[in-house]
Formats: sequence, structure tokens, C-alpha cells
Amino acid sequence: MRYLPLSDADRSEMLRVIGAGSIDELFRDVPDEARLKGPIHGLPMHASEMAVERHMTALSRKNLVAGDVPFFLGCGAYRHHIPASVDHIIQRGEFLTSYTPYQPEIAQGTLQMMFEFQTQVARLLGCEVANASMYDGSTAMWEAIVMGHRITRRNKTIISSGVHPHYVSVAKTMAKFTEDQLATSLPRLVAETDAERLIAAIDGETNAVVVQYPDILGRITDLTPIAEAAHAAGALLIAVVTEPVALGLIKSPGEMGADIVVGEGQSIGVGLQFGGPYVGLFACREKHVRQMPGRLAGETVDAEGKRGFVLTLSTREQHIRREKATSNICTSSVLCALAFTAHLTLLGEKGLRRLASLNHARACEVAERLGAIPGVSVVNDSFFNEFTLKLPTEARPAVHAMVEKGVLGGVSLGRLYPAAGELENGLVVAVTETVTDEDIDALEAALKEVVQ
Amino acid sequence: MTVNPSGWRPSAPANEQGEKRTVTGNRALMLEEPLIFEMDGADTTGVDFAELPQVKTRLGGLERLRPIGLPGLSEPEAVRHYTRLSRQNYAIDLGLFPLGSCTMKHNPRLNEKVARLPGFADVHPLQPQETVQGALQVVSELASWLLDLTGMHSVAMSPKAGAHGELCGLMCIRAALEARGDKREVVLVPESAHGTNPATAAFAGYRVENIPANTAGRVDLAALKSRLGPDVAAVMITNPNTCGLFEPEMKAISDAVHAAGAFVYCDGANFNAIVGKVRPGDLGIDAMHINLHKTFSTPHGGGGPGSGPVVLSQALAPYGPLPFVARDGSYKLVEEENSGDEHPNAFGRMVAFHGQTGMFTRALAYILSHGADGLQQVAEDSVLNANYILRSLEKVLDAPFGKSGPCMHEAIFSDKGFADGISTIDLAKALIDEGFHPMTMYFPLVVHGAMLIEPTETESKASLDQFIVAIRSIAERAKAGDQALKAAPVHAPRRRLDETLAARKPVLVYRKPEPAQAAE
Repeated sequence: MRYLPLSDADRSEMLRVIGAGSIDELFRDVPDEARLKGPIHGLPMHASEMAVERHMTALSRKNLVAGDVPFFLGCGAYRHHIPASVDHIIQRGEFLTSYTPYQPEIAQGTLQMMFEFQTQVARLLGCEVANASMYDGSTAMWEAIVMGHRITRRNKTIISSGVHPHYVSVAKTMAKFTEDQLATSLPRLVAETDAERLIAAIDGETNAVVVQYPDILGRITDLTPIAEAAHAAGALLIAVVTEPVALGLIKSPGEMGADIVVGEGQSIGVGLQFGGPYVGLFACREKHVRQMPGRLAGETVDAEGKRGFVLTLSTREQHIRREKATSNICTSSVLCALAFTAHLTLLGEKGLRRLASLNHARACEVAERLGAIPGVSVVNDSFFNEFTLKLPTEARPAVHAMVEKGVLGGVSLGRLYPAAGELENGLVVAVTETVTDEDIDALEAALKEVVQ
Repeated sequence: MTVNPSGWRPSAPANEQGEKRTVTGNRALMLEEPLIFEMDGADTTGVDFAELPQVKTRLGGLERLRPIGLPGLSEPEAVRHYTRLSRQNYAIDLGLFPLGSCTMKHNPRLNEKVARLPGFADVHPLQPQETVQGALQVVSELASWLLDLTGMHSVAMSPKAGAHGELCGLMCIRAALEARGDKREVVLVPESAHGTNPATAAFAGYRVENIPANTAGRVDLAALKSRLGPDVAAVMITNPNTCGLFEPEMKAISDAVHAAGAFVYCDGANFNAIVGKVRPGDLGIDAMHINLHKTFSTPHGGGGPGSGPVVLSQALAPYGPLPFVARDGSYKLVEEENSGDEHPNAFGRMVAFHGQTGMFTRALAYILSHGADGLQQVAEDSVLNANYILRSLEKVLDAPFGKSGPCMHEAIFSDKGFADGISTIDLAKALIDEGFHPMTMYFPLVVHGAMLIEPTETESKASLDQFIVAIRSIAERAKAGDQALKAAPVHAPRRRLDETLAARKPVLVYRKPEPAQAAE
């Protein structure tokens, strides 16, 4: 077996050193009735690299590859071009096969990269500090809510109807097990966001208001008045960003007064991968850093006075504080954070801005063309690279019908909000730099046909 | 056998006076690298784009007006930056990485290759289900293997890592208890447990109490039984435990817990020792997470991504999270839109989308490569390697449980016998100079100055022998009180780092030093 270096001669020699007659003697603490006598019955035996690759390749071919067809899906996961060097960098064995940097003298590569990532994330989201990553955007949002709870000592949180429904689901699931109360609602297929309703709902018991920016329908709303209203009531504003490329072109949530900004970093450096692994972004004000979850790299010096980096403020974390920790998170998403930071470093501010501009320009063009299809209207006044169409029919069958024509034409809101009335007619269309003129023609033609 | 056949003694104290400093600060292959923020990249980009079409923007009047402060690097500069950083990291690809309870085994490159097939890497999580049948089949095939290997009833695939899996398991337990109108408040956790166990229990709304261990390093069954009662919701056990020992009374523990109306959660971090040899389902366990990034070799990547599917007993199966994969003719994903009919008791989502699907592909390739016979060999070789270390080192290091019999996949030692002033950390740091990653230090808490060594099955005998020679030499120095150990490491990219300073004055992001403050 190619991954196991011990030979039978090694095994015999090692058993001799140990003083055991057989391998089975080493398992003597396992009660006999619980010990399997041979390989588990009915399962395949070991296979060659070629055989496994053949099987896995066959499975991969049963999927429709996003890059093989006109592709317009978003809603929390975006298809951007990733420079080849990003994948090369994350496949360096010293990054790929290292562990959480508990021994900083031999983990400066990971630690410096984390420090650079934290700085980039903090600047991009407009906050003072950021951590070294969370599992993903949805779990980061829940952690932000409970962090807010610790800061404000209040447990009522208002979640905007524009927040990704999976993120809301995660928060609802978790709130069943804590004392947090969540006020949630469904979005409406209109250009206006629920900003005014959120402001009206804030009171002296509110822990935080959670707003997605741009939101699930692609709308962009000014967070400043919401932040002001929240702060006036002693509450926090938590902003959620699922498409960080947008921040190359629009104001950051931190700039507009958000206290905690969380996000999904997938769209920079991390591919679609059918939903994971992704990378949660988490940033906040410096004064709240001791309430923050997750790993943090910090600067220090070594015994010779040279600059170096270490994991720091670990007294917040489970391996030190156990049941009193700020979170139970341990392993996070550092390799995806490396992909994020490497891609963002390749882009730089100049490249990010260009990338964002290109996305927006493409999306404006597509919105105009699709909005001109009889019966189809664009819901949004504002958007970045994603907008919502109101179709004359239910969107879910339309999506399937477009697949028949070889087009992945968008995400139907019916899938995200089952049995939710008018939302069933909503189709969210994302347009990135990867979309070609031919793709747009194909989408326009397919949509025209299926809504007729 | 010598550590280094040339006779050079790398652990000899460094002659700092004699070491010539270079002009650049570089030392041959060890190259110092500034932060990206210290390079001149304000206007640089390493990515080319097509010409911008001119459009009227629709950004709601929220155009960014101020610069972000993100430096850029051209591709050659970026590749060099990260390559230089990478060389300051230790890794399994370089050598033995014996972190106890972390299972740092070789990461087969086939797994990386298949995960990058466009049919897996370039598929959107919300594509219509008829376009992702292969991806759903991966989830389903992996789920099926996990059930066969654990003898459990069902599996929740979506948890993102071990701690997230623990949370999933405890939430299932709480949902099951609440479904029968039983509000219980306490979770019992052994003192030797990973910190995630009590943290998870608290996160799920429980009060945590300790279970004492007996002198043989196992759960004290009598003490556990006397604490069980109508307020105890669950007992969290790690088996094999963090002392590297199998809990021989596991079945009796489970029976007692069940008799008291509670559930058994098993931390599966140490599943590598028993994969293919013992099925947790046969031991009465109700829920157990499986760290795919440990037992099934998906890469740790410097701290994630992990993946923590949770296997569940029949009693807990109805309460798992959405989504899950089902099959009736074709594969289908059961999520919000169709969960009502098929999974009425599901407690909801734990994540957006479907979990760490990119890790599932890697884990499935690993499992298929090994097969049932190979996985059993994995467990046997991992246990053999650990016992070889235990017996080769117990004469120089105190092995607190060495007399009670063999260990499982990891061997534990204490700092008993070290000279005054020398501690576990000094041995660990000296090991760095010898070219090894240190073992897990000071964990579990039940052993003084604990050193927990998990070699895994992917180490050759030659690699173990070199490690053993190195530890023997350092242990002798620790007992003799060699003060040079306090200065180790001297050959690493950095000497010991000041962690107290980092925590007292946290510098968590780069800020350009202003001339007036630079001297501060």
C-alpha cells in the first residue's frame, strides 16, 4: 500500500522491540467482542492510484462544469477568474501540510501570512482589526451576533430581510440553543431595502441590527443611518458581505459605521467547490478585540530582537479558557485565507478596483438587456454585480428549462425561499468578469424563450 | 546510530559571537521577507484585465471615495514573497510532525489532483440538482463509508470542522431530549478532554462538569455512575482518550449513561487508532464527529479548512441538520424546500450550502485508495509506531501510563526527572533544532508537563529511529540540567518569540510607522 512505509520486516522488528507477540496484543484494551476480526465485510479493498483517479474522474464528469456553459449564479458564491499562481502558492507543501502555528519559531510563514491577511481584511471591510479567518460567512455571522450579545449584554437581534436565507437559517438554528432572540422577515421584490423598517424596529433592548451589503437581491443600501440609529440606542451594527469584490468600488461597511463586519471570502482566491471549503472574514473595532472569536496573529520580537509573529490573545480561546472561551472554534480556514490573501496581493488596490469596475459594467449591460425582455423587469435600482429579475412565471422551472438549453441562468428565489409567494418569480442573476459576450447572448435567448 | 553521520552536532550551543552577520540579514537559503505593506506596491498589480466598457454606474450613490490601502505585487514578486514565507514553515512534507491528537499524516497528492478536477472544483453550490449528480454521489459514497466504518445509523455531513461537529452532536442530543420534554442542563466532560469539548457544551447552552480520571488514565466509571442523574444531558468522551489510551469500559460507560436517560458523545479526534478495527457503534456511542483532516488525510493547511461529519445513532438520527443527501433513483439534496415531508425533526442549518464538499472529494479518494484492508492497516501501523516510540523512550522519559500496557496511536510522557528549571518547552524547542516539529506540549492537563507524541502510520522506521535518537539525547540533557536548552531553538528562522509582549500590546494589523511614533 503506497502510503504506508513500514515493511513486514520493520513490523516484526518493531514488535520485538516493544515486546509484543503480535499487533493484536497492542489492541488488548479493546474488548474482544468490539474488535473486528478482519477488514469490514463487504467493502472494497485497496485500489491503485490509477483506479481511484478513474472513479473520481467519472464522478466529476456527472457534474455540469460552471466554466463549460454560460454561467450566472451567485447568491453567496461567485465565479471569478483565479490567477494560476494562487493555486501554486497554496499547494506549496510548507503551507498545505503544516498545522496551526503553535510553534512560532518554525511557522513564521503561516503567521506572517495571517498577519497580512488580517491587515488586508481589516482595510477592505473598513475596520480596525480582523481575525485570521472563520469557517465561512454564515458561521461568522452567528459568531458576530453572540459577540454582540457579550458586548451589549442584550439578546434581541434584528436581522434584515436582505440577509442570505442560509445565513439566517444558521442563526435561527443556533438561537434555539442560546438565549438570543432573532427578529427575521422575508424580502420583498422591490427596489427599496428594509432600512427604514430596521431603523424603526431598533429599541433599548436591541443587541444588534444585521444587514447584508450588497443584499441577497443585489441591492446596495447606505448603512450610515442604520448605524446612527443603532448607536443612538446602544446597539451595534453588524454588516455581512458575501461578495467582497464589491468593496473595490463601493464604500466599506466600516466606513459607514458598522461595528462588526463579517463576510464570505470565497469570491477572492477560493473557487466554487460546490460550497466549501470557503473562508469566513471577521473584523471589528479594536476596543472589542477581546470579545472576538477565532485565531489572531500578532507582532512581537524574538530573543534576538528580530520581528516575528505569534498566535496571540489566546486567553479568549477554547484551548486555554475551555467553557469560558469566546467561541468553540479551533480549526478555521487558514489555507483558504492564504488563497484569499495571495489573490488580493496579486490584484492590489489597482487590480481590485479594475476587477470590480469590470464586474459592475458587465452586470449593468446584462441588466439592461434582460430587463428589455417582454414581461421581465429588473427589481433593483442599485446593484454591484448581481441583480434580481421579476419573471412573469415562476423562476424555478425557468432555471431548469434554461439548463435544458445549456445555460446556468441564475438562482431562483423559490429555491432559497420555498413557498414564499411573489418571491417564487424572482431570479437572481450574477455577472462577473468571466462572462463573455456569447454567454450574454445565450442567456438572453434562453430566458426569452422560457418566459414566453 | 548517530543523528547525523557527518558527526556535526547541530544541538551544540550556537556561537553567536563567531556567527558573521550578513548585510541583508539573509542566511543562504533562509531569506528574510518584508510584509507586503512594506514593499512599494501602491500602484502595482499582478493581474491584467480587458478594457473597461463605459457604463453609467448603478451603485446607489455609494461609490468608494477613499483609498483602501491594499498593496499589489506583480506575479514574480508575489510568487517569490509566498515562496520565501513558505520556507519559514515546518510541514509534514519536510519531516516528522508528531503533534499528539492532531494526526499529522502524509497528504496524498492524488487527493489534491482529483479535488481540482473541473467537475468538482468549478461547480456552484446552488446549481440545479440535475447538474450536480456526481458531486452528490461523492457526498453519498463518503457518507456510506463513514457509516460502515463506524457502525452508526446516519451521518450529518455539513459541519465544518471537529468543534463544529461537536456542536452538531450536542445540538442533536439537546433536540432529542427536548422532543421528549426532558430539559437537562449538565454535560460531563473528562478533565483530559480537548478544550473544544467544554467550549462546545457551553456554546450549546449547557453547564460543564468534570469527570474524574482513575490512576490508569481512564474514566473513573464508579465516579461517573455516581454523578449521573436526571440533570445530565450527555457525557463527552474521547476514545481513544487524549492520554493515548483506549477506554476498555466504554460499553459499560455507554450503558450507564443510557440507563440514566443521557446520551454519549464521542470526540472522534483519535479515530485513526481504531479505523477499520473497532466500530464506535458497537460501543454504544450516540454521536461522534470524524475529523476528515485527521483520520482521512485532508490537509491541515496551517489551521484549516477542516471537515467534521457527525455519525449518529438511531435515537439521534431524526434530529440531524439540513441539508442531507438522499437517493431515490437519482441523488438529491434535501434542504429547506423539501425538508418538511422527509425530515420533519431536522433542527435546521448549521452552514450555508452543504459543508466542506471539497474536502469530501479528497477524503473519498483517500478511503478508496486504502480500502477496508488498507484502513485497518492504517490503524495497526499507527498503533505500532506509537508503541515503538513509547517503549524506545520510556527509559529516558517518564511514561506515566507505560506500565498499564500498550498505548494506542499516541504515547504520553511527563517532565518528571528533568533538572530544576528545565521544562517540557525546552525539550520541545531543542527538538526544533534537531529538525523535528515538537510534540503536543502541556496537553492533556492531567499529566504534568505533558508531551503527547503521535507519529502516525505514514512514518518509516528510519524516521522514527532518528526521532528517538534525538529525543534521547535531549532528554539526557534535560535531566542533567543543560542550560543551553533554554536558548533553543538557535537554528530556526526565529529564536523564541515574546508571546507576553504580543498579548500585552497587541499589534494585529500593520500600521505604517509615523516618524514621530517610530521611536516609541
